Amino acid sequence: MTRQPRWLIGMVGMAALLVLPPFLRSYGLYLLSYWLVFVIATMGLNLTVGYAGQASLGHAAFLGIGAYSVAIVMKAGCSFWLGLPLSAVLCFVVGLGLGFPALRVQSIYLAFATLGFSVAALLVMRYEEWLTGGTSGINDVGRPSLFGLDLGGNLAYYYFVLAVAVVVAALLRGVLRSPWGKAFTALRDNPIRAESLGIDVRAYTLLSFAIGASCAGIAGALLASLVQFVDPTPFGLGVSFTMYLMVVVGGSGTFFGPALGAVVGVLLPEWLRFAQGWYLTAFGVAVIVLMLWLPGGLLSLPDRLKARAIAASRPRT
Amino acid sequence: MADFLQLFISGLATGSIYALAGLGFTLLWQTSGTINFAQGEFVMLPTFALLAFSAIGVPLPAAFALTCVLAVVVLGWGFKRGIADPLLRFGSMPVVVATLGLSIALRNGVRAGYSAEAHPFPSLFGDDVFRIGRVAVTSVDVGTLAAALVLVLATQAFLARTVTGRAMQAVAQDTTSAVVLGIDVPRMIFYTFAINAILACAAALLIAPTYLAKFDMGESLGTKAFFAAVIGGFNNSRGALLGGLVVGVCENLAAAYVSASYKDAVALAIFIVVILVRPQGLVGQRVERKV
Repeated sequence: MTRQPRWLIGMVGMAALLVLPPFLRSYGLYLLSYWLVFVIATMGLNLTVGYAGQASLGHAAFLGIGAYSVAIVMKAGCSFWLGLPLSAVLCFVVGLGLGFPALRVQSIYLAFATLGFSVAALLVMRYEEWLTGGTSGINDVGRPSLFGLDLGGNLAYYYFVLAVAVVVAALLRGVLRSPWGKAFTALRDNPIRAESLGIDVRAYTLLSFAIGASCAGIAGALLASLVQFVDPTPFGLGVSFTMYLMVVVGGSGTFFGPALGAVVGVLLPEWLRFAQGWYLTAFGVAVIVLMLWLPGGLLSLPDRLKARAIAASRPRT
Repeated sequence: MADFLQLFISGLATGSIYALAGLGFTLLWQTSGTINFAQGEFVMLPTFALLAFSAIGVPLPAAFALTCVLAVVVLGWGFKRGIADPLLRFGSMPVVVATLGLSIALRNGVRAGYSAEAHPFPSLFGDDVFRIGRVAVTSVDVGTLAAALVLVLATQAFLARTVTGRAMQAVAQDTTSAVVLGIDVPRMIFYTFAINAILACAAALLIAPTYLAKFDMGESLGTKAFFAAVIGGFNNSRGALLGGLVVGVCENLAAAYVSASYKDAVALAIFIVVILVRPQGLVGQRVERKV
């Protein structure tokens, strides 16, 4: 009953994403592609935050690792199609390495480890000029072509990013649906019971974190080719915070939450541009108000409305 | 050797400011479970309040007193009633996100509404340089360290020695039992928010002369305060002091002897080592999980 409208809205949204873009101007197309990149990254983060219940505040660092990997690989003359899997694998490995010490202690230690990691990764991007080009970054990152199909155009690249987003979403859904992935859901609903049922909480949490990191790596790879330029700015601590915020604001632990949260995180600031110098302040205030109104995220709104309807229809005693 | 001692002492001074901000952070966490990601902005805001009061001709001591009162009302009471109270019953996630939003709003609000520039700030302790043998020590470092230490120790004495302080500790350890014992829990929690606000004002007064008043000064300060708290031991208020000093000193030494560029990564490195070797923090106690 509750699921069907949600899926219907999902289908309508998907159709809109397929049909509308040719009518958009190039900046709109760019924003929409940018949004999709963040949807991919936050879907991964959602696995860590929403299912494993851990706060991760360094996701932009993984985005950056992905972006720089592709840029560096392509500058060395190799193909984008080598860079993309490399980004994912590299982020997975780094995620394991960072998550292992942090997850030895439960509670919010992962939040601090990832926060520090975000700061440290930014320093590497900024100061290791031989590798990353320092603050001037890496110019002229190309766009790939697929089976002779040139993805260089803005529209073609948009559809490519959309396709990757759908594939990643399907893969994540497959993981969550598999018997093996049911453990993630169990983890979300009641970690202590999950543990007593023989689920190794730490291993699954670590795995969810590493998978989340590799999603960000893929997103970063797409971002590098989208912007065609890589520098440290979009991978700072502020962006890490914003990505975490997107997941929670959208509705953590829900499948469509990240897509909605990324709308808030990527498109809302654009809409608030009319406030000029104040737009980020307005954004911060909007986030606080949203949390106060819907602590469970935007996707808890239907349940909230339904609960209210039931309460209203109940005869007064 | 003289260089080393100088770096060590100025590291202690910076570290003691981290400890101030970190102590407030720990107190909020212990008594109410609030994780405040706007902690850095809680120091930035009083800095600008102090500047604003000075600009209209209020002498510094009076400006500081006014700022403290304002901070207790806005950053203590307002923050508790407006954000922490309504959100805490939904777990820690919504509070974390709301405080992240708060930090974005405050930081950019000051930039848009006041100034994006770095403002000089008068020093409390003059700018004398003492020489002990070949070691040169500035009065700012000594004064900052002494003032911060006095404040941290006074806060701890208050927590350990007074009836109110002990009641606050009881709330931190076991809220349910505290209620049963007749402790006014909401009031005790408010006190920690108020103490946090005052510690932040003190940190503002101490850090601004060296690091200047700027809208984004809270970002790195907040991060260091978290690490100070966690490295020392998140469930022990003495931890923040030790953690802050360790971070401040290591940072300064690493910047001089290893690499100045990676100064801000030092806290992370210490943190990773600490959780690998001693997960509960340097002086923290191990907590058994509750079902």
